[in-house]
Amino acid sequence: MNKARIRWHILVFLAPAVIVYSAVMVFPLFNTLRLALYSRVDQERVFVGLENFRTLFFDPIWSEQFWNALGNNFWFFIVHMLVQNPIGIALAALLSHPRLRFAALYRSAIFIPTILSFVIVGFAWKLILSPIWGIAPGMLDWVGLKSLYAPWLGKEEYALTTLALVSVWQFIGIPMMLIYAALLTIPEEILEAGEVDGITGLSAFWKIKLPLILPSIGIISILTFVGNFNAFDLIYAAQGALAGPDFSTDILGTFMYRTFFGFQLQLGDPHMGSAIAGAMFAIILIGVCIYLFGIQTRMRRYQL
Amino acid sequence: MNKARSNPLNTVMMHGALILYTLIALFPVFIIIINSFKERRSIFREPLALPNSESFSTIGYETVMKQGDFFLYFQNSMIVTVATLFFVLLFGAMAAYALSEYRFKGNLLMGLYLALGIMIPIRIGTVAILDMMVATGLVNTLWALILVYTAQGLPLAVFILSEFMRQVSDDLKNAGRIDGLSEYTIFFRLVVPLVRPAMATVAVFNMIPIWNDLWFPLILAPAEETKTLTLGSQVFIGQFVTDWNAVLSALSMAILPVLVLYVIFSRQLIRGITSGAVK
Repeated sequence: MNKARIRWHILVFLAPAVIVYSAVMVFPLFNTLRLALYSRVDQERVFVGLENFRTLFFDPIWSEQFWNALGNNFWFFIVHMLVQNPIGIALAALLSHPRLRFAALYRSAIFIPTILSFVIVGFAWKLILSPIWGIAPGMLDWVGLKSLYAPWLGKEEYALTTLALVSVWQFIGIPMMLIYAALLTIPEEILEAGEVDGITGLSAFWKIKLPLILPSIGIISILTFVGNFNAFDLIYAAQGALAGPDFSTDILGTFMYRTFFGFQLQLGDPHMGSAIAGAMFAIILIGVCIYLFGIQTRMRRYQL
Repeated sequence: MNKARSNPLNTVMMHGALILYTLIALFPVFIIIINSFKERRSIFREPLALPNSESFSTIGYETVMKQGDFFLYFQNSMIVTVATLFFVLLFGAMAAYALSEYRFKGNLLMGLYLALGIMIPIRIGTVAILDMMVATGLVNTLWALILVYTAQGLPLAVFILSEFMRQVSDDLKNAGRIDGLSEYTIFFRLVVPLVRPAMATVAVFNMIPIWNDLWFPLILAPAEETKTLTLGSQVFIGQFVTDWNAVLSALSMAILPVLVLYVIFSRQLIRGITSGAVK
């Protein structure tokens, strides 16, 4: 091949994707990080270095909101890891059982909440949990647990956990599907070999299947992490931009939205908004790096 | 078959657990839809009952039809989703072909650069994206949304499609070259038809998050004439909070299109996920 000749077709093939991706995703990402280093003083944009981040982390007014949102976000993530992923794995284990009837039907039905929008999910649960409508208290009454009912979304101490569980309800289909796919790739011979050694049922799950699907559990964890630290829609749909009651459901996404656009009396501030976006970027990057270098490379992979 | 694995008691328990969870998954959707067909008093008096001749009413749907421009919202969502899928598939397949077919300087680097976007959410760049859309006058147009979603969908599309394109036989492409076909013809006539299943998978993966997104419509295109169905129902419900008939009907109407899409594409979606396209 003649080296001097430019192979134009490669350029033509690559150009549209690279241009759109660079212009609409990569450039704004870095531009946002750059904007975080500026501030507006008397209608003019002034370079202030890391001042915005100092305000965000240490200024009493800002830092209280920031650490609150970050803490809430971690709790949101922990609830997902403790509830969504174990239940998802359990459902996948049941579904992957050979000769289970109606498996496809269960699978499709359980996946339905995942395809609904946050707006639908947020409002639907808001109505169901509402004390006005009375579905939740009525159903608890049936099983004799009416005393347990509280207007969960309206109480500071329960609201965030309730929303996290609603989000778990919505997204359980994703871990279920991915784990189900991983379980299907385990060859029958391995399970039969286990049976010969007397390992069946639950112990086959713990001793044979679980170690084999660990890489998929890793992928689910990082997907959950990125999704949770980027979440916004559900909280906004259910509780509004103020993430009530009293900011108890505020997470980084709603905090950034409020700061960027302003609310009620506070004016929007794109530079502080960018600083929060910068913090989110750093958190997600750290999470992804921990996964890529700390977990994924150390995980034992078995040759099947 | 081993006895322990087909014990009837185990089977019953497994079905019990799955049925229980299926009920949990479907109950809220069911409750919203049945109550949207009831008149106000029965919604509160017997929320769990099916609508009967006495309680049946479509008053909520009438309010929704009168007050909200749901057909326009639906049309906007449709335009944005279809146009985005078209660009993601076209540009994504072209780039994937360039990366998997040709050896050139920077190939690996380019692949990594495009793959970065799989893990980093585009929302983090929102402040600068809004700036840019305002500067170019694209704010409050559907193009703003189409561009953003295309950029967001490309990384995963390129990644999945290049995996599949590596499997297309070289002999076929070389035969095409000997016959004097241009590289473009080889791509569009020989390669694209062969990776069509992978393209369907990419389309289904992209479709639902785009249709359901609230963040970018809220920020980039909140004007009445560019509202998507998701944003439109959010705003509508916010205004009619106390009109339960209208809220329930609006929710049901927002559920319906997604449910139809899901019924049409669920096999494709599930096959896509289980074939390991997202490893």
